[in-house]
Amino acid sequence: MTQLLLFNVFNGLIIGAFYALMALGLSLILNLSGVINFAHGGFLAIGGYLAYTLNPYLGFWGALIVSPFLVALIGILIERVLIRRLYGRDPLYSLLLTFGLAFMIEDGTRFIWGAQSLPYQIPGWLAAPLSAELFFLTGYRVFMMLLVAAAVLGLFLILNYTRLGLRIRAGTLDLETVSVLGVNTRVLRNLNFGLGIYLAGLAGVLAVGMLGLQPTIGDNLIMPSFIAIIVGGLGSLPGTLAGGLLIGVASGITSVFLPSASEAVMYVMMAAVLIVRPRGLLGEEGRF
Amino acid sequence: MPRFDKRAGDVLIWALLLTAPYWLPAAGSYIELGSHIVVYALAAMALNFLLGYTGVLSFGHAAYFGLGAYGTAMTIKYLYPSTPLGMLVGVVISTLAAAAIGPMIVRLRGVYFAMCTIAFGQVFYFIAFQWRSATGGDDGVSAWHRMPLDFGVAKIDILNNPLAFYFFVLAVFAICAAAMAFLLRSPFGRTLLAIRENERRARFLGIPVDMHIWTSWIISCFFVSVAGALFALMNNFVDPRALRWDQSGNFVIMAVLGGMRSFWGPLIGAAIFLFLQDYISSHTENWMSFIGLFFVLVVLFFPRGVLGLVRRRSAS
Repeated sequence: MTQLLLFNVFNGLIIGAFYALMALGLSLILNLSGVINFAHGGFLAIGGYLAYTLNPYLGFWGALIVSPFLVALIGILIERVLIRRLYGRDPLYSLLLTFGLAFMIEDGTRFIWGAQSLPYQIPGWLAAPLSAELFFLTGYRVFMMLLVAAAVLGLFLILNYTRLGLRIRAGTLDLETVSVLGVNTRVLRNLNFGLGIYLAGLAGVLAVGMLGLQPTIGDNLIMPSFIAIIVGGLGSLPGTLAGGLLIGVASGITSVFLPSASEAVMYVMMAAVLIVRPRGLLGEEGRF
Repeated sequence: MPRFDKRAGDVLIWALLLTAPYWLPAAGSYIELGSHIVVYALAAMALNFLLGYTGVLSFGHAAYFGLGAYGTAMTIKYLYPSTPLGMLVGVVISTLAAAAIGPMIVRLRGVYFAMCTIAFGQVFYFIAFQWRSATGGDDGVSAWHRMPLDFGVAKIDILNNPLAFYFFVLAVFAICAAAMAFLLRSPFGRTLLAIRENERRARFLGIPVDMHIWTSWIISCFFVSVAGALFALMNNFVDPRALRWDQSGNFVIMAVLGGMRSFWGPLIGAAIFLFLQDYISSHTENWMSFIGLFFVLVVLFFPRGVLGLVRRRSAS
């Protein structure tokens, strides 16, 4: 029983880390540009498929490094051509646009790579369990946790100790003032979008190692990411991180006792947060 | 002059709707597409009650559409084979669900509201998908069909006669459209417009804004669930796709495409969208890409919609 519980808590942590990684990217974009990126799951899928294509040439590690950057480039391009035009307009339009993009990306990946799911090779030594006792603790899962932790740490270092991060944080609070102070906010939003999409791409590469590849892979991850943002609080990145881990672990623990409710528990948590504390756990009062 | 234009527009639209079954086949289409358009038009107009007239962005209306559809289908299949009873149960369940969820979200605004409606909408998709024993899971609720209407003195066979079914759908649509027009013209409806135009000022005037938005939300979900009930009857079938998030997106794009600031806009949007979808999906397997591209193009080049454009022309 303890082992089962431990297994599910650990599993929940991994899933939660994915939600958090997705949600952090979404949150970055939402906070600075006011855009809900519905195509985030699509970018995740692109990340996974690109890694699949690059794997034979660059190997597992090369694909892991290169693929998220390529996805971020695609994101930057799309922001530049399409999404930029919608800043300052009713959020309805950016929502519809990214909605359409999500359709196109899903269909595009199906067109290029096929509808059937594909296996993704990970190095043998990573796939093996670390000990016979804790069979679920494969090297890959531990590695994923470490990498997500590193990515989150990297993000917080960027935001806190670089000029770009400072500007992003300032822009989140008051973009107009930042613009008046001489920062090119177009470039800022563009780079910020790329940063958010990079996280989606990274989540994609990591996810396919565990879940395999299919065109709808992002669909199952995007709703929990929304919930992570709502639970954690809009406008707060630490909140988003906490929200992702929290709903992941909660659904992991629930799956021990009542497997069919493992997803429902996330929605229950969201409802509870909205009733008791509409701004979310760490959200600011009056921001939305 | 503008008043006359509006009348003429109303007359034209009703004339087109009443004669649709006669000219649709001639235009290379079929009566069922007409029913389809009317059902979706009702859903999009119901959404527009909230979106266009209250200024609140809901991206989760498919949930209440689907709940109405599932309620209708499951009532007819398991409880009692009666079309009106099924619709009644579906609409009541869906409206109650909307009323219960409302208080949690009406305090939120803008993007945050949209995000919460999406997430809550997904709850029902998830239930329909997981609760296999009752909803059939991914396969949906099948092996039932709509029942002929029995008024005692006369029987209308809406099951086997597509023409009769079209007029049945149109009659329900007409009642709902009239009710919505009445509500929008009432002091309540004017208050909603005031909230849309300037929420802060409305609040200063002592209007209980959250309460009004909640009421508007319930009304909107009520009408969308009527559309959902008709949708189930039309297909004699319902599956989780009826309440998935992409369905919500379809309603929103219909409203935007036709023109959010006009009463008939969503109807026109629905007609264009469904004709296009019908055409594209019969010509290519990659219809999803084209629909996605269509979303992008509408947003970039057509944000005011067809009627918005017409109005601007006539204003200048």
